[in-house]
Amino acid sequence: MKPLAIEKTLVEDWLGDLCDDFDVFSPSMTKKGFYDWAPFQSGTGLQVPTGVPKSSIKTFFFPQPEVLFHFKASVSDPDAYRLKEPDCQERKALLFGVRPCDARSVVLNSMPYEPDPYFQARRKNTLIVGLLCKESCSTCFCKWTGGSPTGREGMDLALMELEDSYLVEPVSERGQALISSTIFRKPKEQEISLVQELYARKNGEDAASTLRGKELMALYEAPFWNQVSQSCINCGTCTFLCPTCYCFDIQDETLRGKGRRIRYWDSCMFPLFTQHASGHNPRGDKIKRVRNRFMHKFKYFPDRFGPVSCVGCGRCVRDCPVNIDIRQVLSNMLGV
Amino acid sequence: MSTVNEKIAGQIQQIATQLLESKEVALFLGYTQGTVPGAMQPFVARDVEDAKRLSWSSFCVVNLANYLPGLLRSLEPPRRPNEPPPEGPLPKVGVVATGCWSRNMVVQIQENQIDRERVVIVGVPSRGMVDRRKLQESVGQREITSIQEDDNSLLIRGNGFEKVINRWDVIRDNCQTCVHPDPVIYDRLVGSLSGDRNIPDRFRQVEEIEALSVEERWNWFQEEISSCIRCYACRNVCPLCYCPTCFVDDSRPQWVGKSKEQVDTALFHIVRAYHCAGRCTDCGSCESVCPMGIKMRLFTRKLQKDCLELFDFEPGLDPDIPLPLTTYSTSDPEDFILTQIRKGDEK
Amino acid sequence: MGSEVKMNPYLPYPAVIEDIKVETEDGNLKTFRVVLEDKEERRAWRHVPGQFAMLSIAGKGEIPIGIASSPTEKGHLLFTVNRAGVVTTALHKMSVGDPIGVRGPLGNGFPVDTELKGKNIVIIAGGFAFTTLRATLLYMLENRADYGKITVIYGARTPGMLLYKEELKAWQNRDDLDVHITVDREAPGWDGLVGFVPTIAGQVKPSPENAAALICGPPIMIKFTMPPLEEVGWKDEQVYLSLENRMKCGIGICGHCNVGPVYVCKDGPVFTRQEVQRLPVEF
Repeated sequence: MKPLAIEKTLVEDWLGDLCDDFDVFSPSMTKKGFYDWAPFQSGTGLQVPTGVPKSSIKTFFFPQPEVLFHFKASVSDPDAYRLKEPDCQERKALLFGVRPCDARSVVLNSMPYEPDPYFQARRKNTLIVGLLCKESCSTCFCKWTGGSPTGREGMDLALMELEDSYLVEPVSERGQALISSTIFRKPKEQEISLVQELYARKNGEDAASTLRGKELMALYEAPFWNQVSQSCINCGTCTFLCPTCYCFDIQDETLRGKGRRIRYWDSCMFPLFTQHASGHNPRGDKIKRVRNRFMHKFKYFPDRFGPVSCVGCGRCVRDCPVNIDIRQVLSNMLGV
Repeated sequence: MSTVNEKIAGQIQQIATQLLESKEVALFLGYTQGTVPGAMQPFVARDVEDAKRLSWSSFCVVNLANYLPGLLRSLEPPRRPNEPPPEGPLPKVGVVATGCWSRNMVVQIQENQIDRERVVIVGVPSRGMVDRRKLQESVGQREITSIQEDDNSLLIRGNGFEKVINRWDVIRDNCQTCVHPDPVIYDRLVGSLSGDRNIPDRFRQVEEIEALSVEERWNWFQEEISSCIRCYACRNVCPLCYCPTCFVDDSRPQWVGKSKEQVDTALFHIVRAYHCAGRCTDCGSCESVCPMGIKMRLFTRKLQKDCLELFDFEPGLDPDIPLPLTTYSTSDPEDFILTQIRKGDEK
Repeated sequence: MGSEVKMNPYLPYPAVIEDIKVETEDGNLKTFRVVLEDKEERRAWRHVPGQFAMLSIAGKGEIPIGIASSPTEKGHLLFTVNRAGVVTTALHKMSVGDPIGVRGPLGNGFPVDTELKGKNIVIIAGGFAFTTLRATLLYMLENRADYGKITVIYGARTPGMLLYKEELKAWQNRDDLDVHITVDREAPGWDGLVGFVPTIAGQVKPSPENAAALICGPPIMIKFTMPPLEEVGWKDEQVYLSLENRMKCGIGICGHCNVGPVYVCKDGPVFTRQEVQRLPVEF
């Protein structure tokens, strides 16, 4: 599939056209003073922040909450308490300006979610227009996790920002279909060579293979966990902002004769996450919970699926209330 | 010339070293430098080597009182929930405390969460802590790569820019309106006390909201919490929130829905604020740690104002004055419960 | 159904409670006989002893319960349920004819048709953890020739707390079974064994020769049962345990039940003790 180019001034028009067929989302400045995902609105000016928006794109694949079933909760109804699947006839969604780390997170999450019909349906219905990175933030570390600032994994289209234009590279068939309009032109020689230069930048070493070679219990029993967990306050900031934290809980809710079974985000940082009905708690101590989060990302997941369950977006580094830095933890683990 | 904060850091290190070396304390709770610009990490020093890592800056936004009950417990021999603590003295913890943190320790003493005998408080009069959001705003949301602190200014650097800003301009709202910057209780003092401050319009933020109509106020509240992701960082960082099972986590009965429904989020924030009434010292940790920029401090600030007006009470100033909402007195004001209807007013 | 259409693994089969039996004197354990509503689904149901299912009460939620019936008992499923949390309390309040949902079978189960075949079997259970071992024992008795000597050691706090009392009596009378039923303390009217399960295991001294032990019970019982077994030569790889952890999805995604790298719901609940020893103690 051959790359095309689009003038920067025309991108808004293009997205405006796409709104006919898709719910288009892009990063936008919120009233709270940070970028977050919001429905794209023509004429408001496209904002493209360096680095990732506040929330990850997991919310489009793993919404908070996902309704698994509906049911009627009035005893007189012959169908009472029968679970019915919700209609999945939602409009297709398109995410514009997804950074390589976030795009890759969808591919990683797809591994455990392979048998999950809700996740897979949303994945089928959601297109990702990626935006490759030219500069990195102080919190970024995608290269350690097997990703790259110019990685196209998980994208349908990959855009590279140039002076006055974007080079647009189709990554999938459905991405190709997005750029059939005459807004797009053939790229100039110079545009292509600029992008190739960026692609050729050397990537760092992926930690996954090193970690797979480490002995599990040696990592688990390493002495640094105590220090790592000391300042943790057991909130869910890291897990909820993380693109590759995908744990959930399931619960039934009923109100005025109508019920639904929902799944909602849960966090392994919360003590109740593992608590048995008897009160016994296998991870009752903070150190066990903190360790489990990192061990899951860097050992349990790669042992099962290959890559580490982290894309190096740095959201947890940026927003952890007590500055637990996953990069430090990772280098601690690599040093075992 | 070292800055005020560097001097404070040096003295904290010195005191901590001495306390740890003499075995007066088993642990020393303070701060260490973080890994990204404008981040400090709460830190527990266990030996003299650790003590060298203790630090101080204008970015110590988490109230250290929050960690005290847990740290003290970690030094006790394991026992069942209702078993009394063992006889004899238990190991002590050293801790750094600014005005509000020390006031929270007073509340913790009053509520039997910590034992005064087991904490060695190193008081540090607060010069106010920086609001990372204000800081970020001052450079137009550009990526900050380093921050250099001077006594009254901050030098901020990023990719292709450099800016000096006035420190006080980016100090947190709660610190700007703080009237008790000095530690209330302490065993050692770093620096010198600066005395209570007089701030005539310290409840201005609350008054602005009070001036709105009921509907406007509700809309403001709904808008403010709309970005909440229910991570509970505000609750978990709060030294007042120590219930073994929080009402939002209770499943029998379940008081609050668990997902991101607005009604559940609203209930969480309202009830949490009320649980803090008459106990909150406006330390601002909740607001500082919120990843979504919610100004939930204003909820507790309103209750703080009410408490001051109704009971003439500010929490944590004196361990001998009981907390107004956990004590009953026949002279308690009750106008807000029973409304007197004057002749001619009834309808 | 075409191969393209994937079943929704979160959707329970509609089922009805056909019978309820109070098992224990404190009333906290009841056995529910459950029938899947759809004839086809009923016929297609296959499970292995040791597997579990999610019992679902719309409006209350789901709860993992070990399947107490043997695959050889056709047409219905048995679940012995301890009243502990929200869902189990609701289940205990239900009546015959009430609708519930069943999602499963889930997990791996005991390797009754592979590793355990041809072996001498020692079943050790304490309290209400006997449920899936009842399924296993029944399955083995139906296929008696496939197994060698079968020994059962089962204990409860009091005679009234023993599960499946009538079946226990019948098993004690069989000559192809070596059954030891014990209670923690002397009790009026009880003329059987008295003592904790580990003590009885130490007295029975089952031979490890070509044998496998299946142990289910509270962690403390399992802990103290191991030394007397090890004393007579049992190895960790001969001992099968069934782990319990909080579970939600039952299919290895939601993250609640992991013990280190394994998911109890998907990779377990049955593990050899050798496997468990290599895991963090997070169960």
